[in-house]
Amino acid sequence: MTTLQPPPAAKARTARPPARGDRRSWRGWGFIGPFVAVFTLVFLAPIVYSIYLSLFRDQLIGGTQFVGLDNYQQALQDDQFWASLGRVSLFLAVQVPIMLFLGLLIALALDSGRLYGTDFFRIAIFLPYAVPAVVATLMWGFMYGTKYGLVGDINDAFGVTLPDPLSSDLVLASIGNIVTWEFVGYNMLIFYSALKVIPNSLYEAAEIDGAGQVRVITAIKLPAIRGALVIATIFSIIGSFQLFNEPNILRPLARNAITTDYTPNFYTYSLSFNGQQHNYSAAVAIIMGLITMVIAYVVQLRGMRKGA
Amino acid sequence: MSSTSSTSSTSSPATTAPAASAPAARVPRLRKRGDQDTRRPRRSVLLTVLTGLVLVYTVVPLVWLLISATKTQEGLADSSGLWFADDFALWDNIGDTFTYNDGIFGRWLLNTLLYVVLGAGGATFLAILGGYALAKFDFPGKRGVFAVVIGAVAVPGTALAVPTFLMFSKMGLTDTPWAVIIPSLISPFGLYLMWVFATEAIPFELLEAARIDGAGEARTFFQVALPLLAPGIVTVLLFTTVATWNNYFLPLIMLKDPDWYPLTLGLSAWNSQAETIGGDVIFNLVITGSLLTIVPLIAAFLLLQKYWQSGLAAGSVKE
Repeated sequence: MTTLQPPPAAKARTARPPARGDRRSWRGWGFIGPFVAVFTLVFLAPIVYSIYLSLFRDQLIGGTQFVGLDNYQQALQDDQFWASLGRVSLFLAVQVPIMLFLGLLIALALDSGRLYGTDFFRIAIFLPYAVPAVVATLMWGFMYGTKYGLVGDINDAFGVTLPDPLSSDLVLASIGNIVTWEFVGYNMLIFYSALKVIPNSLYEAAEIDGAGQVRVITAIKLPAIRGALVIATIFSIIGSFQLFNEPNILRPLARNAITTDYTPNFYTYSLSFNGQQHNYSAAVAIIMGLITMVIAYVVQLRGMRKGA
Repeated sequence: MSSTSSTSSTSSPATTAPAASAPAARVPRLRKRGDQDTRRPRRSVLLTVLTGLVLVYTVVPLVWLLISATKTQEGLADSSGLWFADDFALWDNIGDTFTYNDGIFGRWLLNTLLYVVLGAGGATFLAILGGYALAKFDFPGKRGVFAVVIGAVAVPGTALAVPTFLMFSKMGLTDTPWAVIIPSLISPFGLYLMWVFATEAIPFELLEAARIDGAGEARTFFQVALPLLAPGIVTVLLFTTVATWNNYFLPLIMLKDPDWYPLTLGLSAWNSQAETIGGDVIFNLVITGSLLTIVPLIAAFLLLQKYWQSGLAAGSVKE
């Protein structure tokens, strides 16, 4: 990922080591070594092991056998897998733009200097980020209740019958709302931080040119935070494809609407821990990983190239 | 966010970020709100109200949680969600939360603290060491380390969960605290943030001086470098703490014994308890427990605002 580059100062300095008389040596390994060792254990080894697992199959007769790419072939023809992928893709296409757009609007509002109580808004809107997904989902789950929850209160107070947020038709949107609530403030802060480092000289130049507020936003602010927008989008894509916690915790309240193959992550989890199909589960997880990486990479290439 | 006011004249976030991370901005502040006083935009009531709507959206659930924690199981069913019931049962609820089922909630709280101290603390320590190495040393394989870490970050955690479980299972680590702590020790974001911080905050001259004075590498690190990294350390520590405190998926797959559950897993178990036949319905304790779970983190975020906001400013635009 090219967005993650060494800090410029680091590059500049490592480029001329003799200047500080510190020749290339193994001493640095004394410091990076522990990280690399644990990283190898919890990141690299599982990836390698996962690929290995995905090439085998546990059969009733003959035990575990090497089956090549059979598991992958099976996954590509697996309707449950495609249905779950379709669900998170829909989620991605609807929830992510809403969340990022809302976060961007608030960041622009805060940065405009036109709000009363900017600092208060910034911290209060960010706070849900500190709330665990478990608590966020439990809270919203209770509030969604048509009998005792807030939805029930609204029904009673206005004598209406709102649709059940936990019904099959609406539960994906309800999950989208929970995720939006959790992360809108986080994304807002990413955008806001990027907006704050735009040099003032650009605004002065815009003022001399007589540019209005809208023009300043489209011509200066948005291009300047393009990197932050791309990063937030990539994180959101990865997050959407990995959706698990919210549906998993909401499931006791919506058992019919949320199946155990609701999202790809939920599906691999169920395959592995309820069905003991570790090998097939590994293949599905690797396919999902590859899809995620490809899409994240494409978004990054497109996002970074635009007008650059 | 005084330290985010930056500096360099380029508009690319990738180059302005390290400056933003400088703890005490050593650089002239070009963009400070005060500088704009002469042409400060007029405050807008309309814009404030519109942003206020979003604020209502983010705060109402938390208010609901706070109010609901004051209600009994019956009060939860009978009263409106956004106002108090007749009985004020918050203290009873808190008492019950800690005594229910032989005080297992207290045990979950201690487990969570254990995972945070060792997991988040360890992750921060490894990130500091690694970030320092990347920033201040030129060692064989440096580019390789960088490329592999970045590449692996793009791999979704999903793909890692099952094989990690199977590996740990073979090593006999599942259903022990180590299964939760060891994977928490790696924070690529933390490593990256410390790299940026160390690059900016530690002058090479200072390290050279310490070495000339005869200090060994370890002593140079602990006595010269570490104090300079303090603001970055607080930020990384706060974010790894949130990640560990809020972790759900990892303990879910690794732990079976409720005695080792963290708070998140315990609350989820209490909630689904109502589902099982003959299960005790304790939604009032689920709600009170949820409130108790988020209070420490919200307090930490509010108290340490100035650190993490500048830290995030450095990391977010670059990461």
